[in-house]
Amino acid sequence: MSETVVETRDLSVRFGGVHAVNNVNFSLKDRELRCLIGPNGAGKSTFFKCLTGQVQVGHNNGRVLIKGHDVTGWRPYDIVRLGVGIKTQTPSVMNGLTVEENLWLSARRVNSRETVREVVQAVMAQVSLEGIARRQLGELAHGQRQLVEIGIVLAQRPWLILLDEPAAGITHAEADRLVEIIHEVNQKATIVVVDHDMQFVRSLGGHVTVLHQGAVLREGPVDTVLADQKVREVYIGSRAK
Amino acid sequence: MTNSSNFGTGRISWLWFALACLALLIAPALFDVNTMTVLLIWSLFALSLGLMWGYAGILSFGHAAYFGLGAYTFAVASMNIGESTLPLLLALLIPALLAAVIGAMMFYGRISDVYMGVITLVVTLIIFKFINSTAGDAYRIGEARLGGFNGIPAFPILNVPGQTDIPIFGLGLYYVVAASLLICYLLCRWILASWFGRVLVGIRENESRIELLGYSAPLYKTAIFTVSAAMAGLAGCLFANWAEIVTPGLFSLGQSAEVIIYTIVGGLGTLIGPMLGAVGLGFLKLLLGEQTLIDNSLLLGAILVLVVLLLPSGIVPTFMRWRQKRSQATAARHRANSTRRRRRQHGDGA
Repeated sequence: MSETVVETRDLSVRFGGVHAVNNVNFSLKDRELRCLIGPNGAGKSTFFKCLTGQVQVGHNNGRVLIKGHDVTGWRPYDIVRLGVGIKTQTPSVMNGLTVEENLWLSARRVNSRETVREVVQAVMAQVSLEGIARRQLGELAHGQRQLVEIGIVLAQRPWLILLDEPAAGITHAEADRLVEIIHEVNQKATIVVVDHDMQFVRSLGGHVTVLHQGAVLREGPVDTVLADQKVREVYIGSRAK
Repeated sequence: MTNSSNFGTGRISWLWFALACLALLIAPALFDVNTMTVLLIWSLFALSLGLMWGYAGILSFGHAAYFGLGAYTFAVASMNIGESTLPLLLALLIPALLAAVIGAMMFYGRISDVYMGVITLVVTLIIFKFINSTAGDAYRIGEARLGGFNGIPAFPILNVPGQTDIPIFGLGLYYVVAASLLICYLLCRWILASWFGRVLVGIRENESRIELLGYSAPLYKTAIFTVSAAMAGLAGCLFANWAEIVTPGLFSLGQSAEVIIYTIVGGLGTLIGPMLGAVGLGFLKLLLGEQTLIDNSLLLGAILVLVVLLLPSGIVPTFMRWRQKRSQATAARHRANSTRRRRRQHGDGA
């Protein structure tokens, strides 16, 4: 039985009168691949930001535990230092630097000066970034920036990867490649993907957690959950296939 | 990492560095030593701001606080100690300590850039107000009376280490200032080429991404703020030795504004830009000081507006871009010419 590596206990976040995250109890096993889905305003991104430390959770509003550490109230850099890789919803990259330099900064923190170059080259090959290695991020299209950010995450060789909408703005071919990369990385790392592209979520497979109005609505294998009547009503509606 | 990756910080050209050393060596034979000395001091002051602002994106509206503190620390310490080695070190240390405390409060407190600007401004205003009100016997530190508006005159100036009877002034001071500037420039280059410097550039580009890579942005920002303040303190200390008097004017808003103007006009994101901006505009300021027709500050302000409108990235970066474009165009012309020649030869041969 694999151990639980991520856990939230009675997690709640309020913005004014709105319960963005409402008493969420969530757990994730080692090397699990979990997709978080839900309609707009379901609280996916807020919940994601609670895991990454980008939204600070008060100690009276539940707990976030990562590999046994109570990270409630921790800053993002402390959480990342546990071995967590984070990709944000809109590409968060260093626009004035080249692709290679972005990856270097990511890889250097966890690699020695001698090995960092090899790691950068390997990640560029893995995400097919060699052709744009010397280009500045500010010059690249949205899809390319998404891939670079995924490269930035992989360059840290994390054991837990949190990806917020990784498939947004990328081509079908790139999305297919991304699914392959995620499955490949999942051999060694636990992955959480937040997305609302159902085709992408289906391609990823694994387990799905559906959030609705800040709370967990359903949880289970992707096909079972997506076939659930309640899920179809609140989320997929008439678009369900 | 490939050789072309330098995080936009450029590389030192040792040929240019050697030429600069040579120029600094022979300059006293061609120009007035006193003028050259103060221009290099302002250059060092601008370098301290240029490093922090141009590469880490931290703008201090009150950098004069550290410049003035360096000057006052040296004056007070040298009056009490006599020998100048320890006062010189204290003139670096005290501003650095103040910056470390203020920087830690600002950066760990996660205040926005606007409030950071306000805090840096207010710090220098408070010190300015306080020093201005220190007339009278009550305000003395050991042997040194702070002197209020009149400042501290006649303190022992720099001496050859361990030999209080051999003071350093005139040409000697010029060479000390020139050497300090070159050492600080090399230190800045070393910082920028290091992992630490690259993280600073990353912070300038996207602070939240740097934190999501596991780097503590407040720690790095506090560190560079402290280094920059120490350099400003050194500039202040050298200025005190040049002027042989320290007054509250060193903490004034005008002093802070001038160094910002030098940095913007010379060019942010380069080290040489702020230094050349300080030398050029500082010289202009000295020239204007000899006449009464045009107000000094008015002209500096007009130059700033013109540069911001016409050369928004500053003189040096604009020149560097122009030179790069010209060399690219020349290379393209050469390629086209050689292709034409080859085709012609091929045609002749056929």
